[in-house]
Amino acid sequence: QVLLSKNYEKALEEIDENLIYWPRFIRHKCKQRFTKITQYLIRIRKLTLKRQRKLVPLRRKIERRENRREEKALIAAQLDNAIEKELLERLKQDTYGDIYNFPIHAFDKALQQQDAESESESDAEREEDEDDDEDVGKREFVEAEDSELSDFEDMDKLETSSEEEQEEEEEVEEKASHSKSKGKTPLKGPARRKRPYIEIEYEEETEPSTKTKAA
Amino acid sequence: AGAGSGPAPGDGAGPPAPERVLFPPTFSVSEIKNKQRRHFMFLRWKQQQRKEKLALKKKRRKEREALGDKAPPKAIPKTIENQRVYDETTVDPNDEEVAFDEATDEFAPYFNRQTVPKILITTSDRPRGRTVRFCEQLATVIPNSHVFYRRGLALKRIIPQCIARDFTDLIVINEDRKIPNGLVLSHLPDGPTAHFRMSSVRLRKEIKRKGKEPTEHVPEVILNNFTTRLGHSIGRMFAALFPHDPQFIGRQVATFHNQRDYIFFRFHRYIFKSEKKVGIQELGPRFTLKLRSLQKGTFDSKFGEYEWIHKRREMDTSRRKFHL
Repeated sequence: QVLLSKNYEKALEEIDENLIYWPRFIRHKCKQRFTKITQYLIRIRKLTLKRQRKLVPLRRKIERRENRREEKALIAAQLDNAIEKELLERLKQDTYGDIYNFPIHAFDKALQQQDAESESESDAEREEDEDDDEDVGKREFVEAEDSELSDFEDMDKLETSSEEEQEEEEEVEEKASHSKSKGKTPLKGPARRKRPYIEIEYEEETEPSTKTKAA
Repeated sequence: AGAGSGPAPGDGAGPPAPERVLFPPTFSVSEIKNKQRRHFMFLRWKQQQRKEKLALKKKRRKEREALGDKAPPKAIPKTIENQRVYDETTVDPNDEEVAFDEATDEFAPYFNRQTVPKILITTSDRPRGRTVRFCEQLATVIPNSHVFYRRGLALKRIIPQCIARDFTDLIVINEDRKIPNGLVLSHLPDGPTAHFRMSSVRLRKEIKRKGKEPTEHVPEVILNNFTTRLGHSIGRMFAALFPHDPQFIGRQVATFHNQRDYIFFRFHRYIFKSEKKVGIQELGPRFTLKLRSLQKGTFDSKFGEYEWIHKRREMDTSRRKFHL
Protein backbone atom coordinates (compact mmCIF):
# COMPACT_ATOMS: atom_id res chain seq x y z
CA GLN A 1 0.00 0.00 0.00
CA VAL A 2 1.20 3.44 -0.87
CA LEU A 3 0.04 6.40 1.16
CA LEU A 4 -0.79 9.27 -1.14
CA SER A 5 0.09 12.81 -0.22
CA LYS A 6 -2.51 15.22 1.08
CA ASN A 7 -2.09 17.52 -1.83
CA TYR A 8 -4.53 16.67 -4.58
CA GLU A 9 -2.22 17.33 -7.55
CA LYS A 10 0.78 15.65 -5.96
CA ALA A 11 -1.36 12.65 -5.19
CA LEU A 12 -2.40 12.40 -8.81
CA GLU A 13 1.23 12.48 -9.83
CA GLU A 14 2.07 9.79 -7.31
CA ILE A 15 -0.63 7.58 -8.76
CA ASP A 16 0.96 8.04 -12.16
CA GLU A 17 4.40 7.26 -10.83
CA ASN A 18 3.35 4.12 -8.95
CA LEU A 19 1.29 2.70 -11.77
CA ILE A 20 3.83 3.50 -14.41
CA TYR A 21 3.65 0.34 -16.39
CA TRP A 22 -0.10 -0.11 -16.17
CA PRO A 23 -2.31 0.71 -19.14
CA ARG A 24 -3.52 4.26 -19.55
CA PHE A 25 -7.15 3.38 -19.03
CA ILE A 26 -6.53 1.83 -15.63
CA ARG A 27 -4.49 4.75 -14.44
CA HIS A 28 -7.29 7.05 -15.53
CA LYS A 29 -9.92 5.10 -13.71
CA CYS A 30 -7.78 5.08 -10.60
CA LYS A 31 -7.44 8.82 -10.63
CA GLN A 32 -11.17 9.18 -11.16
CA ARG A 33 -11.88 7.04 -8.13
CA PHE A 34 -9.49 9.07 -6.06
CA THR A 35 -11.17 12.27 -7.13
CA LYS A 36 -14.55 11.00 -6.18
CA ILE A 37 -13.39 9.94 -2.75
CA THR A 38 -11.78 13.29 -1.99
CA GLN A 39 -14.89 15.09 -3.09
CA TYR A 40 -17.21 13.18 -0.88
CA LEU A 41 -14.90 13.56 2.05
CA ILE A 42 -14.95 17.28 1.54
CA ARG A 43 -18.74 17.22 1.43
CA ILE A 44 -18.95 15.27 4.66
CA ARG A 45 -16.82 17.80 6.42
CA LYS A 46 -18.94 20.65 5.12
CA LEU A 47 -22.20 19.01 6.10
CA THR A 48 -21.18 18.29 9.64
CA LEU A 49 -20.64 21.98 10.12
CA LYS A 50 -24.12 22.93 8.93
CA ARG A 51 -27.41 22.09 10.68
CA GLN A 52 -28.12 18.45 10.43
CA ARG A 53 -31.59 17.04 10.26
CA LYS A 54 -32.10 14.54 13.02
CA LEU A 55 -34.44 11.74 12.12
CA VAL A 56 -36.56 10.52 14.94
CA PRO A 57 -38.34 7.26 14.23
CA LEU A 58 -42.04 7.07 14.91
CA ARG A 59 -43.11 4.22 17.07
CA ARG A 60 -46.17 2.67 15.61
CA LYS A 61 -47.66 1.45 18.84
CA ILE A 62 -47.27 4.80 20.46
CA GLU A 63 -48.69 6.62 17.49
CA ARG A 64 -51.72 4.40 17.47
CA ARG A 65 -52.19 4.81 21.19
CA GLU A 66 -51.96 8.55 21.03
CA ASN A 67 -54.37 8.80 18.12
CA ARG A 68 -56.89 6.69 19.91
CA ARG A 69 -56.57 8.73 23.07
CA GLU A 70 -56.95 11.89 21.11
CA GLU A 71 -60.20 10.69 19.60
CA LYS A 72 -61.54 9.79 23.00
CA ALA A 73 -60.47 13.08 24.44
CA LEU A 74 -62.21 14.86 21.60
CA ILE A 75 -65.44 13.05 22.34
CA ALA A 76 -65.12 13.71 26.03
CA ALA A 77 -64.40 17.36 25.46
CA GLN A 78 -67.73 18.25 23.83
CA LEU A 79 -66.16 21.33 22.42
CA ASP A 80 -69.25 22.99 21.04
CA ASN A 81 -71.06 22.81 24.33
CA ALA A 82 -68.07 24.04 26.22
CA ILE A 83 -67.60 27.01 23.94
CA GLU A 84 -71.26 27.91 24.04
CA LYS A 85 -71.31 27.70 27.80
CA GLU A 86 -68.28 29.89 28.09
CA LEU A 87 -69.74 32.48 25.76
CA LEU A 88 -73.01 32.55 27.69
CA GLU A 89 -71.06 32.93 30.91
CA ARG A 90 -69.26 35.89 29.49
CA LEU A 91 -72.53 37.37 28.35
CA LYS A 92 -73.96 37.00 31.82
CA GLN A 93 -70.98 38.63 33.38
CA ASP A 94 -71.37 41.64 31.18
CA THR A 95 -68.02 41.40 29.47
CA TYR A 96 -69.71 42.47 26.28
CA GLY A 97 -71.16 45.58 27.76
CA ASP A 98 -74.12 47.05 26.03
CA ILE A 99 -73.79 45.56 22.63
CA TYR A 100 -76.41 42.91 23.08
CA ASN A 101 -79.79 44.15 24.23
CA PHE A 102 -81.80 41.41 25.80
CA PRO A 103 -84.37 43.18 27.95
CA ILE A 104 -85.87 39.94 29.21
CA HIS A 105 -82.49 38.87 30.43
CA ALA A 106 -82.05 42.13 32.27
CA PHE A 107 -85.51 41.72 33.78
CA ASP A 108 -84.64 38.26 34.99
CA LYS A 109 -81.38 39.42 36.43
CA ALA A 110 -83.04 42.29 38.25
CA LEU A 111 -85.61 39.91 39.65
CA GLN A 112 -83.01 37.50 40.86
CA GLN A 113 -81.11 40.25 42.53
CA GLN A 114 -84.21 41.54 44.27
CA ASP A 115 -85.69 38.27 45.43
CA ALA A 116 -82.64 36.75 46.95
CA GLU A 117 -84.54 35.39 49.94
CA SER A 118 -87.31 33.13 48.75
CA GLU A 119 -86.23 30.96 45.88
CA SER A 120 -89.68 29.56 45.31
CA GLU A 121 -91.08 32.98 44.62
CA SER A 122 -88.42 33.76 42.10
CA ASP A 123 -89.01 30.39 40.48
CA ALA A 124 -92.70 31.09 40.17
CA GLU A 125 -91.96 34.50 38.76
CA ARG A 126 -89.55 33.04 36.29
CA GLU A 127 -92.23 30.65 35.15
CA GLU A 128 -94.66 33.49 34.81
CA ASP A 129 -92.12 35.42 32.83
CA GLU A 130 -91.69 32.49 30.52
CA ASP A 131 -95.41 32.19 30.15
CA ASP A 132 -95.65 35.89 29.48
CA ASP A 133 -93.00 35.58 26.84
CA GLU A 134 -94.85 32.80 25.16
CA ASP A 135 -98.13 34.63 25.37
CA VAL A 136 -96.51 37.67 23.87
CA GLY A 137 -95.42 35.57 20.98
CA LYS A 138 -98.70 33.78 20.55
CA ARG A 139 -101.08 36.43 21.55
CA GLU A 140 -102.79 36.22 18.21
CA PHE A 141 -103.77 32.60 18.61
CA VAL A 142 -105.02 32.90 22.13
CA GLU A 143 -107.22 35.84 21.37
CA ALA A 144 -108.62 34.23 18.28
CA GLU A 145 -109.56 31.15 20.22
CA ASP A 146 -111.30 33.18 22.87
CA SER A 147 -113.27 35.15 20.37
CA GLU A 148 -114.40 32.04 18.56
CA LEU A 149 -115.26 30.36 21.79
CA SER A 150 -117.44 33.26 22.80
CA ASP A 151 -119.35 32.82 19.57
CA PHE A 152 -120.00 29.18 20.27
CA GLU A 153 -120.69 29.54 23.93
CA ASP A 154 -124.37 29.90 23.36
CA MET A 155 -124.43 26.74 21.33
CA ASP A 156 -122.38 24.66 23.77
CA LYS A 157 -123.37 23.53 27.20
CA LEU A 158 -121.21 24.58 30.10
CA GLU A 159 -119.68 21.12 30.57
CA THR A 160 -118.37 20.83 27.08
CA SER A 161 -117.07 24.38 27.13
CA SER A 162 -115.08 23.68 30.26
CA GLU A 163 -113.61 20.61 28.63
CA GLU A 164 -112.70 22.69 25.64
CA GLU A 165 -110.98 25.19 27.85
CA GLN A 166 -109.00 22.46 29.52
CA GLU A 167 -108.03 21.05 26.20
CA GLU A 168 -107.07 24.52 25.02
CA GLU A 169 -104.75 24.98 27.94
CA GLU A 170 -103.15 21.67 27.28
CA GLU A 171 -102.76 22.54 23.68
CA VAL A 172 -101.26 25.92 24.55
CA GLU A 173 -98.71 24.20 26.74
CA GLU A 174 -98.07 21.59 24.15
CA LYS A 175 -97.55 24.19 21.52
CA ALA A 176 -95.23 26.04 23.87
CA SER A 177 -93.25 22.90 24.45
CA HIS A 178 -93.23 22.30 20.72
CA SER A 179 -91.86 25.71 19.94
CA LYS A 180 -89.28 25.62 22.69
CA SER A 181 -86.91 23.35 21.02
CA LYS A 182 -87.89 19.74 20.97
CA GLY A 183 -90.31 19.54 18.11
CA LYS A 184 -91.94 16.41 19.49
CA THR A 185 -95.35 17.15 18.13
CA PRO A 186 -97.99 14.47 18.45
CA LEU A 187 -99.39 12.92 15.34
CA LYS A 188 -101.65 15.83 14.49
CA GLY A 189 -98.64 17.88 13.41
CA PRO A 190 -99.94 19.82 10.43
CA ALA A 191 -103.32 20.20 12.10
CA ARG A 192 -101.61 21.99 14.95
CA ARG A 193 -100.12 24.58 12.69
CA LYS A 194 -103.38 25.64 11.15
CA ARG A 195 -104.68 26.20 14.62
CA PRO A 196 -107.14 29.02 14.67
CA TYR A 197 -109.30 27.55 11.99
CA ILE A 198 -109.47 23.82 12.34
CA GLU A 199 -109.16 23.51 16.08
CA ILE A 200 -112.60 24.59 17.07
CA GLU A 201 -114.27 22.33 14.57
CA TYR A 202 -112.33 19.33 15.76
CA GLU A 203 -113.05 20.08 19.33
CA GLU A 204 -116.76 20.09 18.71
CA GLU A 205 -117.14 17.27 16.27
CA THR A 206 -114.35 14.79 16.49
CA GLU A 207 -113.74 14.75 20.22
CA PRO A 208 -115.22 11.33 20.83
CA SER A 209 -113.54 9.90 17.73
CA THR A 210 -110.06 11.06 18.84
CA LYS A 211 -110.69 9.65 22.25
CA THR A 212 -111.64 6.31 20.84
CA LYS A 213 -108.59 6.32 18.62
CA ALA A 214 -106.35 6.96 21.60
CA ALA A 215 -108.05 4.18 23.47
CA ALA B 1 -62.20 -33.65 37.03
CA GLY B 2 -63.85 -37.03 36.61
CA ALA B 3 -66.56 -36.19 39.12
CA GLY B 4 -66.99 -32.81 37.57
CA SER B 5 -67.45 -33.94 34.02
CA GLY B 6 -69.68 -36.83 35.07
CA PRO B 7 -73.02 -35.03 35.22
CA ALA B 8 -72.09 -32.64 32.42
CA PRO B 9 -72.57 -34.91 29.38
CA GLY B 10 -75.85 -36.03 30.79
CA ASP B 11 -77.07 -32.48 31.30
CA GLY B 12 -75.85 -30.73 28.21
CA ALA B 13 -77.23 -33.33 25.84
CA GLY B 14 -78.97 -31.28 23.17
CA PRO B 15 -80.62 -27.87 23.24
CA PRO B 16 -83.76 -28.65 25.24
CA ALA B 17 -81.91 -28.88 28.56
CA PRO B 18 -83.85 -29.28 31.82
CA GLU B 19 -84.53 -26.15 33.84
CA ARG B 20 -83.15 -27.17 37.16
CA VAL B 21 -79.56 -28.15 36.67
CA LEU B 22 -77.38 -29.20 39.54
CA PHE B 23 -73.68 -28.96 39.23
CA PRO B 24 -71.12 -29.92 41.78
CA PRO B 25 -69.74 -26.73 43.27
CA THR B 26 -66.30 -26.88 41.68
CA PHE B 27 -67.60 -27.11 38.15
CA SER B 28 -67.05 -24.31 35.69
CA VAL B 29 -68.26 -23.96 32.16
CA SER B 30 -64.75 -23.90 30.75
CA GLU B 31 -64.05 -27.45 31.80
CA ILE B 32 -66.27 -29.11 29.22
CA LYS B 33 -64.13 -30.48 26.46
CA ASN B 34 -66.73 -30.53 23.75
CA LYS B 35 -66.77 -27.17 22.04
CA GLN B 36 -70.38 -27.19 21.02
CA ARG B 37 -71.63 -28.13 24.42
CA ARG B 38 -69.27 -25.74 26.11
CA HIS B 39 -70.49 -22.92 23.89
CA PHE B 40 -74.07 -23.78 24.64
CA MET B 41 -73.49 -23.90 28.39
CA PHE B 42 -71.67 -20.64 28.26
CA LEU B 43 -74.53 -18.96 26.46
CA ARG B 44 -76.94 -20.23 29.02
CA TRP B 45 -74.75 -18.98 31.81
CA LYS B 46 -74.55 -15.59 30.15
CA GLN B 47 -78.32 -15.37 29.83
CA GLN B 48 -78.66 -16.21 33.45
CA GLN B 49 -76.23 -13.48 34.40
CA ARG B 50 -78.11 -10.98 32.33
CA LYS B 51 -81.40 -11.94 33.90
CA GLU B 52 -79.97 -11.55 37.36
CA LYS B 53 -78.56 -8.17 36.49
CA LEU B 54 -81.88 -6.99 35.11
CA ALA B 55 -83.70 -8.24 38.17
CA LEU B 56 -81.26 -6.41 40.38
CA LYS B 57 -81.76 -3.22 38.46
CA LYS B 58 -85.53 -3.49 38.69
CA LYS B 59 -85.35 -4.13 42.38
CA ARG B 60 -83.15 -1.14 42.91
CA ARG B 61 -85.44 1.05 40.88
CA LYS B 62 -88.45 -0.11 42.85
CA GLU B 63 -86.69 0.62 46.09
CA ARG B 64 -85.79 4.04 44.87
CA GLU B 65 -89.36 4.80 43.91
CA ALA B 66 -90.64 3.42 47.16
CA LEU B 67 -88.36 5.68 49.12
CA GLY B 68 -89.43 8.67 47.09
CA ASP B 69 -87.85 11.81 48.42
CA LYS B 70 -85.67 10.04 50.92
CA ALA B 71 -83.91 8.02 48.29
CA PRO B 72 -80.16 8.47 48.17
CA PRO B 73 -79.00 10.54 45.20
CA LYS B 74 -78.10 8.75 42.02
CA ALA B 75 -74.57 7.54 41.75
CA ILE B 76 -72.39 9.59 39.45
CA PRO B 77 -70.77 7.48 36.76
CA LYS B 78 -67.03 7.32 36.87
CA THR B 79 -65.28 9.12 34.07
CA ILE B 80 -61.63 9.59 33.45
CA GLU B 81 -61.97 13.23 34.41
CA ASN B 82 -63.61 12.23 37.70
CA GLN B 83 -61.00 9.65 38.46
CA ARG B 84 -58.10 11.83 37.55
CA VAL B 85 -55.12 11.44 39.82
CA TYR B 86 -54.90 14.59 41.83
CA ASP B 87 -52.01 16.65 40.65
CA GLU B 88 -50.30 18.52 43.41
CA THR B 89 -49.40 21.39 41.17
CA THR B 90 -53.03 22.28 40.54
CA VAL B 91 -53.44 25.99 40.66
CA ASP B 92 -55.80 27.36 43.24
CA PRO B 93 -57.48 30.53 42.01
CA ASN B 94 -56.52 32.35 45.17
CA ASP B 95 -52.98 31.19 45.33
CA GLU B 96 -50.77 34.12 46.11
CA GLU B 97 -47.54 32.53 45.20
CA VAL B 98 -48.78 31.71 41.75
CA ALA B 99 -50.14 35.19 41.33
CA PHE B 100 -46.82 36.64 42.36
CA ASP B 101 -44.96 34.36 40.00
CA GLU B 102 -47.16 35.31 37.15
CA ALA B 103 -46.70 38.97 37.84
CA THR B 104 -42.98 38.62 37.45
CA ASP B 105 -42.49 36.04 34.74
CA GLU B 106 -41.77 36.62 31.10
CA PHE B 107 -45.35 37.33 30.20
CA ALA B 108 -45.73 40.16 32.65
CA PRO B 109 -45.04 42.86 30.08
CA TYR B 110 -47.71 41.39 27.88
CA PHE B 111 -50.28 41.18 30.63
CA ASN B 112 -49.47 44.65 31.77
CA ARG B 113 -50.18 45.81 28.25
CA GLN B 114 -46.74 47.09 27.65
CA THR B 115 -46.10 45.04 24.56
CA VAL B 116 -48.25 44.31 21.58
CA PRO B 117 -47.87 40.81 20.23
CA LYS B 118 -46.21 40.46 16.88
CA ILE B 119 -45.80 36.98 15.63
CA LEU B 120 -43.56 35.34 13.11
CA ILE B 121 -44.73 32.11 11.56
CA THR B 122 -42.32 29.93 9.73
CA THR B 123 -41.82 26.33 8.79
CA SER B 124 -39.06 23.83 8.54
CA ASP B 125 -37.08 23.57 5.33
CA ARG B 126 -38.86 23.18 2.08
CA PRO B 127 -42.50 23.30 3.10
CA ARG B 128 -44.99 21.49 0.95
CA GLY B 129 -48.42 22.70 -0.19
CA ARG B 130 -50.46 21.73 2.79
CA THR B 131 -48.10 23.26 5.27
CA VAL B 132 -47.89 26.45 3.27
CA ARG B 133 -51.64 26.78 3.15
CA PHE B 134 -51.90 26.01 6.82
CA CYS B 135 -49.40 28.74 7.59
CA GLU B 136 -51.36 31.24 5.60
CA GLN B 137 -54.60 30.37 7.35
CA LEU B 138 -52.95 30.53 10.71
CA ALA B 139 -51.69 33.95 9.82
CA THR B 140 -55.23 35.14 9.16
CA VAL B 141 -56.44 33.70 12.42
CA ILE B 142 -53.80 35.30 14.59
CA PRO B 143 -53.78 39.05 14.19
CA ASN B 144 -50.54 40.85 13.56
CA SER B 145 -48.66 37.83 12.32
CA HIS B 146 -46.34 37.39 9.38
CA VAL B 147 -45.28 34.33 7.48
CA PHE B 148 -41.71 34.00 6.35
CA TYR B 149 -40.20 31.07 4.61
CA ARG B 150 -37.02 29.66 5.86
CA ARG B 151 -34.52 28.81 3.19
CA GLY B 152 -32.14 26.76 5.20
CA LEU B 153 -31.55 29.39 7.84
CA ALA B 154 -30.59 28.26 11.27
CA LEU B 155 -33.08 29.08 13.97
CA LYS B 156 -30.40 30.27 16.30
CA ARG B 157 -29.45 32.90 13.80
CA ILE B 158 -32.88 34.18 12.98
CA ILE B 159 -33.83 34.59 16.62
CA PRO B 160 -31.60 37.62 17.24
CA GLN B 161 -32.86 39.13 14.02
CA CYS B 162 -36.44 38.64 15.15
CA ILE B 163 -35.75 40.25 18.47
CA ALA B 164 -34.18 43.14 16.66
CA ARG B 165 -37.29 43.60 14.56
CA ASP B 166 -39.58 43.60 17.60
CA PHE B 167 -41.26 40.29 17.23
CA THR B 168 -42.73 38.92 20.41
CA ASP B 169 -43.41 35.34 19.41
CA LEU B 170 -42.08 32.81 17.00
CA ILE B 171 -44.01 29.84 15.67
CA VAL B 172 -42.24 27.14 13.72
CA ILE B 173 -44.35 24.50 12.08
CA ASN B 174 -42.50 21.32 11.49
CA GLU B 175 -43.43 19.20 8.56
CA ASP B 176 -43.17 15.53 7.81
CA ARG B 177 -44.26 13.86 4.60
CA LYS B 178 -46.10 16.90 3.38
CA ILE B 179 -48.25 17.37 6.45
CA PRO B 180 -47.53 19.58 9.44
CA ASN B 181 -46.88 17.53 12.52
CA GLY B 182 -45.04 19.68 15.02
CA LEU B 183 -45.20 23.13 16.43
CA VAL B 184 -42.56 25.09 18.26
CA LEU B 185 -43.82 28.16 20.00
CA SER B 186 -41.33 30.45 21.64
CA HIS B 187 -41.82 33.74 23.28
CA LEU B 188 -39.07 35.86 21.96
CA PRO B 189 -37.30 38.13 24.34
CA ASP B 190 -35.91 35.24 26.34
CA GLY B 191 -39.18 33.53 26.79
CA PRO B 192 -40.10 29.91 27.26
CA THR B 193 -40.19 27.61 24.28
CA ALA B 194 -42.81 24.96 23.98
CA HIS B 195 -42.59 22.08 21.57
CA PHE B 196 -45.83 20.38 20.58
CA ARG B 197 -46.82 17.46 18.51
CA MET B 198 -49.57 18.57 16.13
CA SER B 199 -52.17 16.21 14.79
CA SER B 200 -55.44 16.19 12.90
CA VAL B 201 -54.91 19.44 11.09
CA ARG B 202 -57.93 20.52 9.10
CA LEU B 203 -57.66 23.33 6.64
CA ARG B 204 -60.48 25.72 6.14
CA LYS B 205 -61.88 24.10 3.07
CA GLU B 206 -62.05 20.72 4.78
CA ILE B 207 -64.26 21.92 7.56
CA LYS B 208 -67.91 21.36 6.90
CA ARG B 209 -69.43 24.78 7.16
CA LYS B 210 -70.52 27.50 4.90
CA GLY B 211 -69.01 30.53 6.49
CA LYS B 212 -66.90 33.31 5.17
CA GLU B 213 -63.29 33.87 6.01
CA PRO B 214 -62.14 35.28 9.30
CA THR B 215 -62.08 39.02 9.20
CA GLU B 216 -59.38 41.26 10.47
CA HIS B 217 -61.03 41.83 13.83
CA VAL B 218 -59.19 40.79 16.90
CA PRO B 219 -60.79 37.59 18.18
CA GLU B 220 -61.58 36.67 21.73
CA VAL B 221 -59.68 33.92 23.41
CA ILE B 222 -61.07 31.07 25.45
CA LEU B 223 -58.70 28.90 27.45
CA ASN B 224 -60.37 25.87 28.98
CA ASN B 225 -59.17 23.41 31.53
CA PHE B 226 -55.63 24.53 32.11
CA THR B 227 -55.49 23.58 35.73
CA THR B 228 -51.99 22.67 36.80
CA ARG B 229 -49.06 24.96 37.08
CA LEU B 230 -47.65 23.74 33.83
CA GLY B 231 -51.01 24.11 32.18
CA HIS B 232 -51.24 27.61 33.50
CA SER B 233 -47.98 28.68 31.96
CA ILE B 234 -48.87 27.10 28.63
CA GLY B 235 -52.22 28.83 28.75
CA ARG B 236 -50.53 32.15 29.28
CA MET B 237 -48.28 31.45 26.37
CA PHE B 238 -51.28 30.99 24.14
CA ALA B 239 -52.96 34.05 25.52
CA ALA B 240 -49.88 36.08 24.77
CA LEU B 241 -50.31 35.40 21.09
CA PHE B 242 -53.44 37.49 20.84
CA PRO B 243 -53.80 41.21 21.49
CA HIS B 244 -55.41 42.11 24.73
CA ASP B 245 -58.47 43.95 23.52
CA PRO B 246 -60.78 41.77 21.54
CA GLN B 247 -63.09 43.50 19.13
CA PHE B 248 -66.54 42.27 19.92
CA ILE B 249 -67.89 43.57 16.67
CA GLY B 250 -66.03 40.81 14.92
CA ARG B 251 -67.73 38.13 17.01
CA GLN B 252 -64.90 35.74 16.56
CA VAL B 253 -63.46 33.51 19.19
CA ALA B 254 -60.38 31.32 19.27
CA THR B 255 -60.56 28.45 21.69
CA PHE B 256 -57.80 26.43 23.24
CA HIS B 257 -59.44 23.57 25.05
CA ASN B 258 -57.36 21.19 27.09
CA GLN B 259 -58.74 17.73 27.60
CA ARG B 260 -56.62 14.92 28.92
CA ASP B 261 -53.41 16.61 27.88
CA TYR B 262 -54.59 17.25 24.34
CA ILE B 263 -55.11 20.89 23.44
CA PHE B 264 -57.80 21.40 20.82
CA PHE B 265 -57.72 24.62 18.86
CA ARG B 266 -60.88 25.88 17.22
CA PHE B 267 -61.83 29.15 15.63
CA HIS B 268 -65.50 30.12 15.59
CA ARG B 269 -67.82 32.93 14.85
CA TYR B 270 -70.62 33.25 17.36
CA ILE B 271 -73.96 34.94 17.39
CA PHE B 272 -76.32 35.34 20.28
CA LYS B 273 -79.77 34.27 19.25
CA SER B 274 -81.29 35.03 22.61
CA GLU B 275 -79.95 35.53 26.07
CA LYS B 276 -79.76 31.82 26.62
CA LYS B 277 -78.82 30.54 23.23
CA VAL B 278 -75.74 31.12 21.21
CA GLY B 279 -74.95 29.77 17.81
CA ILE B 280 -71.42 29.09 16.72
CA GLN B 281 -70.11 28.52 13.27
CA GLU B 282 -66.70 27.08 12.74
CA LEU B 283 -64.38 28.89 10.44
CA GLY B 284 -60.67 28.77 10.32
CA PRO B 285 -58.32 25.88 10.70
CA ARG B 286 -58.42 23.42 13.51
CA PHE B 287 -55.69 21.31 15.01
CA THR B 288 -54.79 19.48 18.19
CA LEU B 289 -51.56 19.81 20.11
CA LYS B 290 -49.86 17.64 22.63
CA LEU B 291 -47.10 19.14 24.68
CA ARG B 292 -43.75 17.47 24.37
CA SER B 293 -41.38 19.76 26.13
CA LEU B 294 -41.11 23.17 27.66
CA GLN B 295 -37.81 24.97 27.71
CA LYS B 296 -36.83 27.91 29.80
CA GLY B 297 -34.99 30.05 27.30
CA THR B 298 -35.46 30.46 23.60
CA PHE B 299 -35.07 27.59 21.25
CA ASP B 300 -31.94 25.68 21.97
CA SER B 301 -31.93 21.98 21.53
CA LYS B 302 -28.52 21.17 22.94
CA PHE B 303 -27.87 23.45 25.83
CA GLY B 304 -31.32 24.57 26.76
CA GLU B 305 -32.68 24.19 30.21
CA TYR B 306 -35.77 22.08 30.09
CA GLU B 307 -38.54 22.87 32.44
CA TRP B 308 -40.59 19.87 31.47
CA ILE B 309 -40.10 16.99 29.09
CA HIS B 310 -42.57 14.29 28.37
CA LYS B 311 -40.90 11.11 29.49
CA ARG B 312 -42.87 8.26 28.16
CA ARG B 313 -41.72 5.57 30.54
CA GLU B 314 -42.48 7.58 33.63
CA MET B 315 -45.44 9.66 32.68
CA ASP B 316 -47.53 7.39 30.54
CA THR B 317 -47.85 4.68 33.15
CA SER B 318 -51.22 5.66 34.51
CA ARG B 319 -54.28 6.24 32.40
CA ARG B 320 -55.70 8.73 34.82
CA LYS B 321 -52.77 10.97 35.29
CA PHE B 322 -52.49 14.11 33.24
CA HIS B 323 -50.02 16.89 33.40
CA LEU B 324 -51.60 19.89 31.80
